[in-house]
Amino acid sequence: MDLFNQFDETVLTVSEITDSVKKTLERSFSGLKIVGEISNFKAHFSGHWYFTLKDANAQISCTMWRGFNSKVFFTPQDGMKVIVNGSITVYPPRGNYQIDVKSMKVAGEGELQAAFEKLKRKLSDEGLFDEELKQPIPKFPTKIGIVTAIDSAAYRDMVSVASRRYPLVELIVASSRVQGEGAAEEIAQNIKLLDSQKDIDLIIIGRGGGSLEDLWAFNEEIVALSLFECRTPVISGVGHEIDFTIADFVADLRAPTPTAAMELATPDQAEIFGFISDFSYTSTNNIFSVIDYHKEDIESILTSYGFRAYDSVIRNKSQMLDNLIYRMQNGTDQLIDKFKNDLEKNMNLLESHNVEKILKKGFALVKQDESFILRAKDFDAKKKTKLKFFDNEIKIN
Amino acid sequence: MSTKKISFEDSLHRLKEISELLEDENTGLEESIKLYEEGVKLAKKCYTTLDQAEVKIKELKKDLENNIE
Repeated sequence: MDLFNQFDETVLTVSEITDSVKKTLERSFSGLKIVGEISNFKAHFSGHWYFTLKDANAQISCTMWRGFNSKVFFTPQDGMKVIVNGSITVYPPRGNYQIDVKSMKVAGEGELQAAFEKLKRKLSDEGLFDEELKQPIPKFPTKIGIVTAIDSAAYRDMVSVASRRYPLVELIVASSRVQGEGAAEEIAQNIKLLDSQKDIDLIIIGRGGGSLEDLWAFNEEIVALSLFECRTPVISGVGHEIDFTIADFVADLRAPTPTAAMELATPDQAEIFGFISDFSYTSTNNIFSVIDYHKEDIESILTSYGFRAYDSVIRNKSQMLDNLIYRMQNGTDQLIDKFKNDLEKNMNLLESHNVEKILKKGFALVKQDESFILRAKDFDAKKKTKLKFFDNEIKIN
Repeated sequence: MSTKKISFEDSLHRLKEISELLEDENTGLEESIKLYEEGVKLAKKCYTTLDQAEVKIKELKKDLENNIE
């Protein structure tokens, strides 16, 4: 049908013309690439995105359905310049046309940087980075929650750091995609999940290094908010030293890398062992010096005047005793000498009475029954009698 | 209250406290000896605990799909 030639005669209904426009536009404008700046961005709770693409002189409505927008690694922000891929569709109930966006990418790295700066400023204004809200990191955590990809090098590094530094710790891992589709949502969910566990002392969120695009999930507002609401202290360790993410600013402590995050989270067992052996050494020294101190105390009491006075009393008494003993000894010796003298005198006397000496002079003794007869009245003439001379004994009868 | 096992951190704190008390001249001889005995036991316990420890790992999973939206 040639609309223009038959314009005068043909009357079309609104639906008919709209349908005609829809067919014409949708056939002619499919598989387009369009560059423009996002405005009026709205993420509906259904998961679909609605926004406007514009440049200096024109604008066009866009829709991006959930199945497609989940593959976009970043959440678009107003003012962000993007390149979209899609087709024109017409929505008859409103009589408007729009782009049905199938994919989206930033028009340049600078766009992400700009988005980052913008979100950073916004969240900073909202107080999400306030230093006074930062929670202290426990020194000796019992359980550490980890949000990262369980099959990543970052995860393995964190486990090995924990094993080396503080093997007493228990690691609770909530594995997440950390880049691409749905990563930000998963990270946010896992932060909440770990936070809801009552006994986790500390949470680490981390991933290894990568491009700004790779790390983008950590620059998303949804992650920032979940960190802000998290009651458990959080250490972020995302990328390399030079990479700063929004998550780093909201976290209670920023570590330059996942490895460093685990280092900040755990005490070093070498230091603890050092402390223990230090204790053993100094305390043993201390207890000895306490004992020595008391010994000195006792010694000073023993050498005090009171004790010395007592000592000298003993010494005096002992001297007296020695004196007495000396005197006694002396007395005994004199007595013994006297006895000796007496004995000698008696011995001499005895000597002078010696019978043998008298016999030698020529006297003889009368002997009866083997006894000497000293007086005449004791003599019995009938008995056998012997005479004892000095030189011999003779029988008389 | 039940006799809850004191945590590793508490043990280390107690050890620090004991070492300070042992340095304090006002702590008496008997008290010092008691503290020293306690400290040596505690130090031994801490050492063994740490020496024999091995990192425990648990994976926490939740049906995330149900939580999105």
